[in-house]
Amino acid sequence: MSAGSLRLRGRSRADHARGALFQGLLLFSLAIGFVTLGVLLFDVLQRGLPYLDLALLTNAPSTDPQIAGARPAILATVYMMVILLVTVLPIGVATAIYLEEYANKERWYNRLLDLNIQNLAAVPSIVYGILGLAFLVRGLGLGRVLLAGALILTLLVLPIVIVSSREAIRAVPDSIRQGGYALGATQWQVIWRQVLPSAIPGIATGSILALARAIGETAPLILVGALTYVSFNPTIMGPFTALPIQIYQYISRPQEEFKLIAAAAIIVLLAILLTMNAFAIWLRNRYQKRW
Amino acid sequence: MTTTLKTITKAALLLGLLALLAGCGGGGRDGSEAGTTTSAGGDSDLSGRIEADGSSTVGPFTTAAAERFQREHGGVQVTVGISGTGGGFERFCAGETDLSNASRPIKDEEREICEQNGVDYVELHAVNDGLAVVVHPDNDWAACLTVEELSTIWRPEAEGEIQNWNQVRDGFPDERLLLAGAGTDSGTFDYFTEEINGDTGAIRADYQASEDDNVTVQAVSGSKGGMGFFGLSYVEENAGKIKAIEVDGGDGCVAPSTDTVQDGTYTPLGRPLFLYAKTESFRQPEVQEFMSFILDNNTEIAEAALYVPLTDEQLTTARDSLDQAIAEVAS
Amino acid sequence: MATPEVTSGARPRLRAEGRRWGEDAIKGVLALCALVSVLTTAGIVIALLEPAIEFFRFVSLREFFTTTRWAPLFEPASFGVLPLLNGTFLVTAIAVAVCMPFGLGAAIYLSEYARPRVRKTLKPAFEVLAGIPTVVFGFFALTFVTPLLRSIGIEVEIFNALSAGLVMGVMLLPTVASLSEDAMTAVPQSLRDGAYALGSSRLQVSTRIVVPAAISGIVASYVLAISRAVGETMIVLIAAGQLARVTFDPQLAIQTMTAFIAATGTGDVPRGTVDYNTIFAVGLTLFVITFAMNMVSIRLVRRYREVYE
Repeated sequence: MSAGSLRLRGRSRADHARGALFQGLLLFSLAIGFVTLGVLLFDVLQRGLPYLDLALLTNAPSTDPQIAGARPAILATVYMMVILLVTVLPIGVATAIYLEEYANKERWYNRLLDLNIQNLAAVPSIVYGILGLAFLVRGLGLGRVLLAGALILTLLVLPIVIVSSREAIRAVPDSIRQGGYALGATQWQVIWRQVLPSAIPGIATGSILALARAIGETAPLILVGALTYVSFNPTIMGPFTALPIQIYQYISRPQEEFKLIAAAAIIVLLAILLTMNAFAIWLRNRYQKRW
Repeated sequence: MTTTLKTITKAALLLGLLALLAGCGGGGRDGSEAGTTTSAGGDSDLSGRIEADGSSTVGPFTTAAAERFQREHGGVQVTVGISGTGGGFERFCAGETDLSNASRPIKDEEREICEQNGVDYVELHAVNDGLAVVVHPDNDWAACLTVEELSTIWRPEAEGEIQNWNQVRDGFPDERLLLAGAGTDSGTFDYFTEEINGDTGAIRADYQASEDDNVTVQAVSGSKGGMGFFGLSYVEENAGKIKAIEVDGGDGCVAPSTDTVQDGTYTPLGRPLFLYAKTESFRQPEVQEFMSFILDNNTEIAEAALYVPLTDEQLTTARDSLDQAIAEVAS
Repeated sequence: MATPEVTSGARPRLRAEGRRWGEDAIKGVLALCALVSVLTTAGIVIALLEPAIEFFRFVSLREFFTTTRWAPLFEPASFGVLPLLNGTFLVTAIAVAVCMPFGLGAAIYLSEYARPRVRKTLKPAFEVLAGIPTVVFGFFALTFVTPLLRSIGIEVEIFNALSAGLVMGVMLLPTVASLSEDAMTAVPQSLRDGAYALGSSRLQVSTRIVVPAAISGIVASYVLAISRAVGETMIVLIAAGQLARVTFDPQLAIQTMTAFIAATGTGDVPRGTVDYNTIFAVGLTLFVITFAMNMVSIRLVRRYREVYE
């Protein structure tokens, strides 16, 4: 390099082209998701909107398409999602905190725990159903009740919450922690007041993904006793059904009208999901930081 | 666009979409029936819970019955599950359910478990169904097939061998066979294989199996050489997409219909569907009422669920069995 | 932890603290929560093991793993699990081929190229995709994607691995994209700024700085996606078929392990029979495979993780 000058090379044309191509590819990636979503939503909305009426929300299921509704299913799904959130978030985040902040990563049992959680994410939902039937319905004697369904869904999505919370906690720079310790804070104080608030966006993402997964599940619920015909409102310790099960039921009926009612029920499901996620999204946006 | 303008545009679009949704919602059916519950009024001195589980084929029938029953007896809660005929029996023989829906009679192994657990029951032939064999609407050559020909197509030995219509009968065109039907875990499958191939579970393994008969409809209607089997209820609802053929069970070609299933001429594919009731449950008056209700209103319920009602003779037999079982419990 | 006393005229004395029981208690509670996942696995293994053992008394391990015909509920029965493994592998491979590159692409865009406001709207919109019930995706694959593929000349059967795999891949896009994007957002801005200051283009910064820095989160999202793909039931049940066969042609119908378990588990087979115990044998196989897969991936992640402070 010559002594006095630094040749600043401008961006070559090839570089620009490459950059543009890359950006195009990225947009394409985004597009695939959105186009599919768009097509799906358009199809569902087109078929379901005309059938999204009060009857759907207030009536019980029926063999007569004119009055068939999904009220018990809607209520049951909402109850289950609330129970799920209240259960899975504390346990999942606590596990993540333990693994990231307290556990000695060299110990074999912590490594096993690690492996264990990742493995659980791959277990098919129907196996969770078998688990629920054996241990919750029969073992604990809960019976075929809504609570059993909610708990088994909790176990199903627990790995999702743990994994995303862990990544969120891991991403908090260590300097934050060290600063806290230097000021004399205890480990828990540092976690509670520094690490967790910074990790909220990641945890929120985890809860969004977990809720999304749980709300659409059918297989484990069927095994744990979800019914296909319930005409009365569910209670936590009573018989239950769930919206995706009701949807599948209606889709499988021969009459064409039922398929349209199913589409309307899908809209309701998505609306429930979006409402529950809205809070998480707001939280995420509020606490998002760039380090 | 400035940022403010962008925000305003976004908000406007969103509001517009919401308004559209709100406005377009409903209208697909007469909204005057909102708020109708199936448990409204009627004779409310009966109360309690009746639990039914089992076959997904019989489920709709029991559901239709439950719906109508609850309209008259608002205090009774009836629930219906679809764990499958086998699953239903498992729960039934463990004493967990009051009724078991079954698309096949109880097997010996299952009966033994019931006996071991002291669960006495009565078997009721509750409604009829016909298994239709369907083909593509443009299929003009196979208007009637004998049971032997059906077996040629569907038996295990046909796997990989019989791929074309022209192998079935001389004169049939060169059209590739596309086979679809119920999956291995349904009563429909059991019944079809038993009647056509002689043994439950005996069928070629290379057909498109599905638990959802709507999907079978789609498979058959999508291919000129398509062929499938499912219950009559799906035939009526999909009239333009597929058509049922006549089956020659030894006495000539018979088309499936309510009449031919009832008088037994549509053979061998007319089948009985069963309700098993735990006699212990008859101590509860609501269960007695429900069973009587099903028999008294058999035609209406069957038609609502798109099945074939019992003949008068079958109805009498069922009533006798029921009355006998109730009498035994009372004594 | 005792701290030495620092005494000096006007400064406050730093008192040494005794052992903080509260901290230990907290650690205990957290560990207990972690135990839940262990108990879950233990439960699953127990629930699967006994009937599976009973099954293997009837069918030899060799027959199970080497025969290429899976027809347990037909007459005559055959218990080779290879076709199911094949089916699962085929569909997962297709799904992964879709969600890995495109999920990452979407994440890079959201994290590096999109303006914060755009990101705030796009990211949740993308996540709606994750909320669509798998039943809907299944029917979408069957009633939309399959005809679509046929119309562009790909001769798929009515049930086929390709439609199911593609739709599954799209379903998994939010999982990969969201988690990867979170990881990338967490990469310190100073790294990017340094690279930009040296004259790097956005392409270079994204691919050479940010992605490697966030690789732990990205790989975590990949592993989660693969796990999810292997365990997915509804989409394959509806769209991929129930025909167990050994093939690498995605246009044909296949049967995955999960589809078999779901169909048999909710069907009419009497409990306690060999036929029914096939569920547990297949379930156990699935469990063992994913366990091995995850073991490998954890090793990989540990090797390549970058720590910045």
